[in-house]
Formats: sequence, C-alpha cells, structure tokens
Amino acid sequence: MTANQEGAARGGRRSAYNFAYLDEQSKRMIRRCILKAMAVPGFQVPFGSREMPLAYGWGTGGIQLTASIIGPDDRLKVIDQGADDATNAVSIRRFFKKVTGVETTEQTSAATIIQTRHRVPETALEERQILIYQVPSPEPLKRLEPREAETRKMHAYGEYGLMSVQLYEDISRFGHIATTNSYPVMTNERYLMSPSPIPKFDNPKLGKNPAIQLFGAGREKRIYAVPPYTQVRSLDFDDHPFKVQRWTQSCSLCGATESYLDEILMDDKGQRMFVCSDTDYCATRKESQQASSNDGTSGSPAHPSREAEKGPNS
Amino acid sequence: MAYVAVKGGEQAILNSHRLIAEERRGDAAVPELTVRQVAEQMGLAVDRVMCEGSVYDRELAALALKQAQGDAVEAIFLLRAYRTTMPRFAVSNTLDTAQMAIQRRVSATFKDIPGGHVLGSTYEYTHRLLDFDLLDPAPCEDTKANIADRPLESGVGRAFDSIRDEGLIEVETAPAGQQAVFDLTREPLSLPAGRDQRLQNLARGDEGFVVGLAYSALRGYGAAHPYVGETRVGDVAVEIVPEELGFAVSIGDITVTECQMLDLFGGSELQPAQFTRGYGLSFGKSERKAMGMAIVDRSLRCRELGEEARYPVQDEEFVLAHTDNLEAAGFVSHLTLPHYVDFQADLQFIRQLRREKSGDHLDKEAAE
Repeated sequence: MTANQEGAARGGRRSAYNFAYLDEQSKRMIRRCILKAMAVPGFQVPFGSREMPLAYGWGTGGIQLTASIIGPDDRLKVIDQGADDATNAVSIRRFFKKVTGVETTEQTSAATIIQTRHRVPETALEERQILIYQVPSPEPLKRLEPREAETRKMHAYGEYGLMSVQLYEDISRFGHIATTNSYPVMTNERYLMSPSPIPKFDNPKLGKNPAIQLFGAGREKRIYAVPPYTQVRSLDFDDHPFKVQRWTQSCSLCGATESYLDEILMDDKGQRMFVCSDTDYCATRKESQQASSNDGTSGSPAHPSREAEKGPNS
Repeated sequence: MAYVAVKGGEQAILNSHRLIAEERRGDAAVPELTVRQVAEQMGLAVDRVMCEGSVYDRELAALALKQAQGDAVEAIFLLRAYRTTMPRFAVSNTLDTAQMAIQRRVSATFKDIPGGHVLGSTYEYTHRLLDFDLLDPAPCEDTKANIADRPLESGVGRAFDSIRDEGLIEVETAPAGQQAVFDLTREPLSLPAGRDQRLQNLARGDEGFVVGLAYSALRGYGAAHPYVGETRVGDVAVEIVPEELGFAVSIGDITVTECQMLDLFGGSELQPAQFTRGYGLSFGKSERKAMGMAIVDRSLRCRELGEEARYPVQDEEFVLAHTDNLEAAGFVSHLTLPHYVDFQADLQFIRQLRREKSGDHLDKEAAE
C-alpha cells in the first residue's frame, strides 16, 4: 500500500480528487465522444463510462457529461422532475459544489449548464447554454428488440418500421399512441432517438433549440447529442398527428396554463391541486406577478378557490 | 403546505447521513469494530468485495465493508468509485498460476494426481452446526492448525495434464494477431464480446447472479456437463516490466482462486471429440464464484464451438449485460426516485382512456 493510499484509507485525501472528480484523461475521452455525438446527431456513441460515487440509475451519465465539460466559470443548475429541490437534484448539486466549487443556481436563465432528469425547463434556452439529460435507456428500440446486435443494424439501415408498427398497434388498441413519456423522435431525419423519459409535453422543445443538448447514459455507456437548431420530429401519422398533454386546470400557485403540471394530493378525501413541475418557472412567474401587483396593475395570482380541485374520479 | 412536503431537501439528506452514522455505530456501549478486525476476521467477505470491486487491497475492502455496515454490494460500490479515480501505472504480465504457492488443490477427474490433492481450508466437510463456543472470545493459541510433515511441491502442473498430452483436452492458445487485452474498466462492453471481455465481465460480476446462471446451466437450462478439472487456491506473484528496466520485477503476491472446468464436447466437422474448457478466476478465496464463472464461460462459448444457443446462460447479451451488481442495484434502486412527471403523464392517459371508454358505453346505450 502506498503512502497515498494509506492517507486515503484514513479519509484525509478529499483534496486529492481532481477538479470535477474525473481524471483529465477520462474527461478528454468523454469530450471526444461528445464531439462525435454532436457530429452525428441522435447517434448513440459508446463510451468508457466510469464508476461514479453516485449509483447507476441515479444520473451517472449526466454527471459524467457535466464533469467532463464543466469549468470554474460555469454556473450549474440541477433539476429532477423539473424541481431544483428534489432530493437527487440536491444531492448532485452538492456533489458538484464539493468537487468543483462552481457557483450553482436555480434560475434557468442564469445557468450555463443545466443537468436534468425527466424534464426540459419551461423557460426557453439560449445559445450559450448546455442542457444535459440523464438517460436510463438510450435505445428507443429496446422494448421492441432487446438485442443490441439487432438494434445496431436497424439504426445503420434506418429500418424503423418496427416502431411505426408499435405506434399503429397502440392506435388500433387504445385509439391513441400510448407512449406518454420517452416518446420516440427522429433526429435530423436520420436517427431514431429516445428523448429520455421526459413527458411528450416536452418533446417540441427539443427541435430547433438554440442550446446544445447532450444525453448521457452511464449504466448503458452511451452518449448522444442534439446540436443547436437541429430538427427533431416526434413520430406520428398523418391521421394521428402528435399531440402534447393539456390540462383543464391551471397552476394553483402561479396560474400558468401552458406548463406541465404535477398533481398534489391534499388529503385522503380526493382533494388535490395542480402546480407547475418546473419550480423555477413557477417561482419566477409568482415574483413578477407580485412585483406587478405591487405596481398597482392587475396580475392576479391563482384564485384561492382553485387551489384545491376535485379530480375527475372523485 | 403539502406541496413542500413532497420535495426532499438538503437538510433531509444531512439528517439521513447522520442517521446512517448512528446506525453504523450501533450501541455505543459495544466497542467499535476496527478495520483491521474486519480484514482479519471477516476475510471471505473482504475477498468478495476485492473481487467484484476489482481492487486487490484488503485494508480498503475492509474499510468499505465497515463503512457499508457489512453490505457487500454497497462496499463493492465504494471500492469501485475509489478505484475509478486511480491512475494506471502499468499492466502486469500474465499471472502464472502454475507457479502458485498452493493452499488448496482439488480435481474431480482423477483419484491420484501428481503433486497430490490438497484439501486446504474449506467449509465443504464441516457440519453446518452453529458453534456456540464462538459466542465467547477464545484464547488465540486454541486455533492454530497443524503444520504438514513435508512442504508442498512448488510449480505443480494441472491435474489433467496427463491426458492433455493425448490431445483429449482442448489446447488453449492465445488468439492470433491480438495485441492488447481488452480493458472493461476503460472501454464499454462491445458485442460480440471476445473471451477477454467475457472473463473480465464475469470476474467482476455479481457472485449470486453468476452462480445462479451456472446453476441454471446444470439444471437443464443449458448444455453444461462439467467436471472440475482442477480448482486451486494460493498465492501468485504479480509481475510488471517497468519501461526503464526492461525486465520483469515482482510487485507482490496476491491470493487467487482458479477453476478449470472440463466439458465433454462431441466434436464437429472441424474438431474431433474432446474435453473443452471453461475458466474461472477470482481474488482471494472464492471458489463458488470461480466455479460459477467457469461454467458460465463454457456455456457462452457455444457460438465459437458451433453449439446451438437455446438457453439464457448461452445468450451473451443477456448474461454480460446483467452481471454487474452496481448497474443492477443502481437501476433497481433508482425507482425510489420521484417519477411524479412520468406518473402524471400515465395517470392522465389512463383517465383519458377510461373517460373515452365510458363515453363509448353511453353512446351505445343511447343507440339502443
């Protein structure tokens, strides 16, 4: 055992970890894969995924992407299901604070890097921003064909008939395409791609986005990307055009009618309320409403009676 | 307000860590466990953590076990996450297990073998009766085993070498043209996998999963009819060739368990009937793992040997993609993460389907 290891065994070596945890060689390897992914939008690039101190399935792909591109001047935002204060988002933010010391933020517009799980922020992104998705299952064809040897061929030949059949079968069975999240997209009219388990509500935000979008799957060891202003089309049929989720309710906190809503159970009698899943979007709207109501102009927050609505099943 | 309660916070995480620390320490009236005690007296647990954690360091593995409250998979995780930050300063020469300083050596193929069988320390012939004497600490001199009259021969060949010379056992040669050995800790699994990838994958793979797969192959969900050609446990030297020296130097000994399984092969158009091999190697004393690995290795050679792949254990993608317990445990446990957004999407869809269905129903009733 070397002296260094002995030091580590006694827990006195925290400073010996490199900036952003990964060693520079690993970061360079990941950045090369990112460049390749950017050059071939939607194509899954295999990479030498490293063990991270957070568990597989908890965002190791996204964490490795963030670790390999983050610099001391970056401002990092981490969200989970749209929320900055969800436990895993807090945990990942703490990790990067500890191993990089960079500034973190909850404001979408103030961040240079946003790492996300299962949502795209409601606030439109800009060219200087990078959105990093945590991806559990990068292969959109996996549920139809579990064998990678086969799916690789299907991608190579652009043979995506199986997916169309799946969507058609949904329609014949349910009257709708039954995929509500991880809704498959065609990127740059070439590669079928999983947008990660974002609700299909967020799919339209992927296309023609000024920001760089990177997707990291640590356990499955794949990276893919959507470069800025790339076309991303959600699969559909002429007679069954792609549609996103809509709510009859609006956000009980900020009154938003255009955002993705979480359903919050208030009690065991079926009382519930709907609020924005994007916490920063909701908070920012509330602040501006308060500011404008202080100015004496309108901007009414949600009516109290709307705070708790009866669900359709109660 | 309920809305706040569903989000976790920084304070909750800190409190959770404190709770772990408290539970790990247990009753403060009981003396704290030392890492050295774990390394000395929980040796087989340490072996497993070193093997699947891919780090041969008893102290670090023991520390990981202490930190993980004895949870092997969590300890393996800790060790791997430490390992991943380590620079690589050399690649060792191939281990020469024929030169092993043997502690145990058993073959199921021949009654008498040159060099002899060595039972070594094994639980196989203990009666699994709880030893209530262990409830109380015993004086140390009570536990010394007798030393044999004569030392073991060194450099003993494999038990089945005698029939290897008749050509009855597959000759193993390094694949032609292959320069560097694949490194699964640096490169992603690439299918179809070579034997180097497969053996690395199985060596790091979860013991329970690998042994379970091997069991399935024996029980009829596979074509395995293996014999233990030889299994041996002992110390081998690890040698590297430093660039500035140009010759091999030993950097230390490690204890390993090696298993070679022999499996009857009926022959094909290209190959005569013979015994083919499956190979298993693990750190420390972990024969169960090495044997399981050897059976799975042989099962996965079906394509190479022209056998029909009909069972899960013969399916390379199925086996190799699911052996790693960090990947498996991580992905299963991630289900405790919030899925509010996804669930909301499905909830809304189900409501829509039900609404439409009851609408249809009403329409039909109206029509009748």
